[in-house]
Amino acid sequence: MAFPSDQEEIWRYTPIGDLEIDSYAPSDDTSGKDSTIFDVLSTRAGLVEVRNGWVTRQELDDSLAQNGLFVGRLADHPDPEGLLGSVAGESKDYFAVLSDAFVGDAVVIDVPAGMVVESPIVVGERSRGEGAASFPRLVVRLGADSEASVVQHQSTGVGPVLAVPVTELDVGPAARLRLLNIQVMGSSATQLGTIVARAAQDATVTVGAAGLGGGYSRLRLDCRLEGRGADGNLLALYYGETGQTLDFRTLQDHAAPNTTSNLLFKGALAGDARSIYTGMIQVRPDAAGTNAYQTNRNIKLSKEAWAESVPNLEIENSDVRCSHASTVSPIDEEQLFYLESRGVPSETAERLIVAGFFRDVLEQLPVEDGYSVIEEIIAAKQDRHQLASKVSS
Amino acid sequence: MSELIIEGLKATVGGAEILSGVNLTIRSGEVHALMGPNGSGKSTLSHVLLGRPGYEVTGGTVRLDGDDVLAMSTAERAAAGLFLAMQHPTEVPGVLLRDVLGASSALDGDDFEAAVASELTAIGLEEAFLERALNVDLSGGEKKRNETIQLAILQPKIAVLDEIDSGLDVDGLRLVSKRIERATNDDGLGVLAITHFTRLLTELKADFVHIFTGGVIVETGGPELADELEESGYARWVPVDEKPESKNPALADDPFADPLA
Repeated sequence: MAFPSDQEEIWRYTPIGDLEIDSYAPSDDTSGKDSTIFDVLSTRAGLVEVRNGWVTRQELDDSLAQNGLFVGRLADHPDPEGLLGSVAGESKDYFAVLSDAFVGDAVVIDVPAGMVVESPIVVGERSRGEGAASFPRLVVRLGADSEASVVQHQSTGVGPVLAVPVTELDVGPAARLRLLNIQVMGSSATQLGTIVARAAQDATVTVGAAGLGGGYSRLRLDCRLEGRGADGNLLALYYGETGQTLDFRTLQDHAAPNTTSNLLFKGALAGDARSIYTGMIQVRPDAAGTNAYQTNRNIKLSKEAWAESVPNLEIENSDVRCSHASTVSPIDEEQLFYLESRGVPSETAERLIVAGFFRDVLEQLPVEDGYSVIEEIIAAKQDRHQLASKVSS
Repeated sequence: MSELIIEGLKATVGGAEILSGVNLTIRSGEVHALMGPNGSGKSTLSHVLLGRPGYEVTGGTVRLDGDDVLAMSTAERAAAGLFLAMQHPTEVPGVLLRDVLGASSALDGDDFEAAVASELTAIGLEEAFLERALNVDLSGGEKKRNETIQLAILQPKIAVLDEIDSGLDVDGLRLVSKRIERATNDDGLGVLAITHFTRLLTELKADFVHIFTGGVIVETGGPELADELEESGYARWVPVDEKPESKNPALADDPFADPLA
């Protein structure tokens, strides 16, 4: 399979041509510190720490385990057959093939039918060591009418690493799954991530992504609504700084009648950061009664920042309600004037406006306990942005 | 005792002169009504006083207690004691009334909570209003009450009220007027109330009434001037053949047009 090129539509606008794939090698180094997210989310049903694709630590609430909840390595699952790739399907692109070839310990979260897991299950995916390539895999399967929340925290050590995480979400009939993905990799890291969800009849899947770190970080997020009445909520907030390219490709795939998808992605770009959003709503011929919404909004905090936003629709059934909207704009001068005319200094006014811009996404993100992590990082990014603006002016 | 002195103020928007030499002095405790037909430049005056982007000051001075207001940024003007209650308050999605008051009020902690709670009650709003995004999905009347709450908490020296009456129902107008009157009596607030109609002046008693057309004040008097307006309109000050709208023909068709929109 050929290495991708930015001439292909799905890689358009990306710096994929700059990636020197030969400078990375799979690593079995599992040393280093645990993911910081475990300190924040101390109330949890279980945790798994994955380092360079290998499980280094796992915990699970005893009573949940006795009732059939499985959280651990695929190899330890009583019936592992067919779990891996059941949602992602055949490897379609170069990096998915790499992931299949170099997978270490795939992590499985398997929730039995009817079980409600109250506290989140926390997965730390840490990639570390100069030149390390890591291939974390996570499979979350929810049985009928079950409920669970998962926090996936992706971080790195210092130095360049390549992370290719693949996450599969298999949400059974009437089940409710919430996934919060927090990407806080180092500035020299490259991440090419995939999350694929499949929702059965009357299931609800909510995926919230916070794209905060990485030099070049890509997330491909596919949501297939396969059962009648399935709901998909896709949310993301991202904040790019100088040197960062944040790249999002989404698919809302309506394959059954009366399915609903809501997508809201919002980004702020400071310095010379770049962001790319391309999204597709696909309504298949028998998906009558589809409701599908897609919104991408971007704020440019500096003249050098760059954002591209391309929404798409492909509709093969006439009984649908669809909308898409996308904007790329600087901070609104009228909003700044309003706040400043109340005596709010302009730096504070800008921070309030950016925080306000993210508020609706943040409030809808799954797993409330994860907010503080995201808010702190955004505040730190705002500090750096305002300091840089001061120095340059 | 504070004093806002506007002398010979001229300003243009997109090259067209809208203010043509405004002279006006507002002192603590005084209520000045600035009345004029649509398109006369009343709102422009309010925006220029607070430094809204898009206007160019081409002449004159504005001093607040001796300090050069035109040399200040908008936030500095507000900090110096100027306040603008906007005719069309801007929507700021996701930024709550609590956020803006918290960032600008000198009060904090329990003092802040108590002051805000009492002001909300005085203006007839629920406590939950504090957690609403600024001007988003608010009725016209709620927006004006919202502006009044901010005025009450920020305690400016001089407040410019741009059509504070528009959008308010009778009860709302009474509550807003009462609160402003209290500020003028108790805290010495000086008020410049810009309005198109005399309705406001039945609730908020003006000490001075100024007639504003063609970018200048053409007559100043007491409350009796408003009574005359009520009777016979602006015809005495605005000759039919040189209505101020003629300066900008695009606005003539739409009395609600914002010259900056």
